[in-house]
Amino acid sequence: MSHQNGISGGRHGAHGVNVSLEERAYRIRRLALRMGEVQGQGYIAQALGVADVLAVAYFHAMTYRPKDPEWEGRDRFLLSIGHYAIALYSALIEAEILPEDELETYGGDDSRLPMSGMAAYTPGMEITGGSLGHGLGIAIGFCLGLKAKKNPAFVYNLCSDGELDEGSTWEAALSAGSHKLDNLIAIVDVNQMQADGPSTAISNFEPLGPKFEAFGWYVERVDGNDIPALVAAFDRARNLKEARPRVIICDTKMAKGVPFLEARERNHFLRVEAEEWAEALDILDKARAVALQQGEA
Amino acid sequence: MSRLSKYTPRKVQLGPNGERLKTSAMIASIAGVDQRTAPAPFGHALVELAKSRPEIVGMTADLSKYTDLFVFAKAYPERFYQMGMAEGVLMSAAAGMAREGFTPFVTTYAVFAARRAYDFICMAIAEENLDVKICCALPGLTTGYGPSHQATEDIAIFRGLPNMTIIDPCDALEIEQATHAIAAYKGPVYMRLLRGNVPLVLDEYGYTFELGKAKVVRDGRDVLVISSGLMTMRALEAAKALSADNVDVAVLHVPTIKPLDTETILREAGKGGRLVVVAENHTVVGGLGEAVAGTLLRAGVAPKFRQIGLPDEFLDAGALPTLHDRYGISTGAVIRQIKGWL
Ligand SMILES: Cc1ncc(C[n+]2csc(CCOP(=O)(O)OP(=O)(O)O)c2C)c(N)n1
Repeated sequence: MSHQNGISGGRHGAHGVNVSLEERAYRIRRLALRMGEVQGQGYIAQALGVADVLAVAYFHAMTYRPKDPEWEGRDRFLLSIGHYAIALYSALIEAEILPEDELETYGGDDSRLPMSGMAAYTPGMEITGGSLGHGLGIAIGFCLGLKAKKNPAFVYNLCSDGELDEGSTWEAALSAGSHKLDNLIAIVDVNQMQADGPSTAISNFEPLGPKFEAFGWYVERVDGNDIPALVAAFDRARNLKEARPRVIICDTKMAKGVPFLEARERNHFLRVEAEEWAEALDILDKARAVALQQGEA
Repeated sequence: MSRLSKYTPRKVQLGPNGERLKTSAMIASIAGVDQRTAPAPFGHALVELAKSRPEIVGMTADLSKYTDLFVFAKAYPERFYQMGMAEGVLMSAAAGMAREGFTPFVTTYAVFAARRAYDFICMAIAEENLDVKICCALPGLTTGYGPSHQATEDIAIFRGLPNMTIIDPCDALEIEQATHAIAAYKGPVYMRLLRGNVPLVLDEYGYTFELGKAKVVRDGRDVLVISSGLMTMRALEAAKALSADNVDVAVLHVPTIKPLDTETILREAGKGGRLVVVAENHTVVGGLGEAVAGTLLRAGVAPKFRQIGLPDEFLDAGALPTLHDRYGISTGAVIRQIKGWL
């Protein structure tokens, strides 16, 4: 079982065939909020912000077998940003790689879902992230290895705008360009937030697209909360015939979909009051119902 | 151990009172529930120092908030440098500032200084013996986030570095005093930081920090615990508990790991008749335990000797109290181990 090419999120599975990508993104946000509630706090804003990107990656772009996460033919998805684990677990649950009832264990002692993503703990978690700036370099090795094995799978690496501060990211960017890694698709989540404040105020990485271009990359820059735009960008990145690594720079909004969390100024690590979780879920549910009424797929 | 060693599905783990156990938040305090604390002692001490020391500057790699340097950044915005999440550049730039006559206090997490930035610290700072103070949060096992944030071997790494002074303070009082002391000393220093609401313990014992000095914080006939950092706090708690069982425990606090106060250590360990236990919030490989062992062996002092410290493993993620117990550095685990050795 693998993804079908095309614009719908229609992949077979217990969650239904022909489920729209909007529905996938909504479910990913819901799962993330439910996991956040287990701990009462965490990297919720990142998960809400990147949910649309993950929906398109897992339910439109990528090839994998939910029941066989180590399948040799799978596209590799590397989560360089270990702290975004809550977001990836949500996508992995929605993709039925992880069982939904396990979200109750999130961040608990001996859980398979630790707060920072680690390869040894979780099916579908390809690498141990968390020490930021590792993913892109590791992705290069995956790409070189796949090429040496004549395996046509893609390697996706999700990194954050904060990781653009790290020298290792740019060493890898230069190396990927030099090796003409056309099986590499880097995704950069530009959510304009880091630990100490807004990303470009911490270290100004703009103009970002031209930097990657100068390093020999094919560059897409899209609104990372616009699903049709993401689908088009992923399609162009995958179908490009040039021998270049590809980067999809996604401008996303922290806490997207829950306005009262979007409004929090410092939302790198969110504390959410007990009663606010239900409120946040309710906001998502109502917005989804409205979208469905208005005839969206 | 296989790469996928932890793959079996899990159930929710509940604590002794049926409560859900949570990973302690990154910014969580290590203080016990009813422990006295002081807020951001490092940040406040640095602000105080900066009044009379215009050459002091603060630099960080996107972690001012999580290392208490934000207190300094607020008070002296023009003397604060945000270097971005780039630990290599942080250290190199600190070296350059030091060459121009400034005294940078640089902060990040202990893992990122020790692991990512090591070469930059080694060649740019230590080899030139520059006046840079590297002050790092999350030392040893002080977060439940797993190996990416658990600096279990930071002391081992920096002990091998010539010129580097290493400080592992115990509490808020000592962090404050040590910040002043390392500023008065000229040369590179690595200091482990506790941040946020930091326990206040040593004031009860009339303690004062002196760079390079180990101090007997509590005397006792049966056991000599030699400890640094938060393990001194644990040792003192264990000593109180053990005295109820008529076990008399002395605690020798060794906040300066390098250069080591071998004179005091030899004097105390050489008194005879006491079990000597080194307790550290660090792997048993290459830290205070092995430093003390080498000191004793070289001097021909041979008491019964045991180590309390973290195992030579990548540690689990989870709630900090669970992990401290699992890996033998909680107060309860210290008591159990000492009793077992008597
Ligand atoms: C090498 C490294 N340095 C520092 C950190 C501490 N840290 C964790 S998240 C973070 C912010 C990084 O920026 P970004 O991922 O863009 O933040 P977010 O979008 O999640 O707010 C920092 C500095 C880390 N995990 N790894």
